[in-house]
Amino acid sequence: MELIANQVIFYLLSAIIVVFSILTVTTRRLLRAATYLLFVLFATAGIYFQLDYHFLGAVQVTIYAGGIIVLYVFSILLTSRVGDKADNPAALKIWGGLFAAIAGAGLSLYLILKHQFPQASLQSGEIDMKEIGHALMGFEKYQYILPFEAVSILLLACIIGGIMIARKR
Amino acid sequence: MEIPMTFYLVVSTVMFFAGVYGFIARKNMLAILISLELMLNSVDLNFVVFNRYLYPEALEGFFFTLFSIGISAAETAIAIAIIINIYRNIKNIQVNNLDKMKY
Repeated sequence: MELIANQVIFYLLSAIIVVFSILTVTTRRLLRAATYLLFVLFATAGIYFQLDYHFLGAVQVTIYAGGIIVLYVFSILLTSRVGDKADNPAALKIWGGLFAAIAGAGLSLYLILKHQFPQASLQSGEIDMKEIGHALMGFEKYQYILPFEAVSILLLACIIGGIMIARKR
Repeated sequence: MEIPMTFYLVVSTVMFFAGVYGFIARKNMLAILISLELMLNSVDLNFVVFNRYLYPEALEGFFFTLFSIGISAAETAIAIAIIINIYRNIKNIQVNNLDKMKY
């Protein structure tokens, strides 16, 4: 029973992801593109929850849906009028993009479906929050204090850079 | 019957190449940035699925995704600051108008 529910949820989430990611790049209104992107990100968070990575799903919802989309909406509203439609892109660009996307997708799908992955089976079970914390803050092998500190420096540089670039002179 | 791993990979492939199409075909810089976000997100999904299905006792994919989310937040903030600055200067954010520094 639970497996069937799992499958239904998976197919629902993947249908949402596929439909809305295509709508994101084809709609001509920017604000709608941002909204569709929000749906895609929420569905991705749903897949993380389904795979029992609850912490990752929470991070996805808070940072992507809560932070990045808000930034996008603000900047869209700052740089264009509501109801503005983008011009249709040039035919050459559309065909070039379609060719690149379909050729790339065909190649990747062919490789994914042909390759035999070793013993791919889902093992459920949530990761203990304590384990995540120790792995994030440890110095040993397979522990991540160095990238953690690097990301904190990156975020500091990003704050300063954002202020420097966007301030009025 | 559980869901095979390739289903997740197919979903993330579709998401990635939708992003590729948008990156090439759109002209608005914000739309290009949104396409970029789609691509980043699909790669995150791949990391998580590989981690969960192939190496369930390890945490590498988990942390790659965690750091990747942080880095993409930083990248978005800087890119939007640059775009708003460009808008202030030329009142327009279509990429084909950005040729001031070209020659």
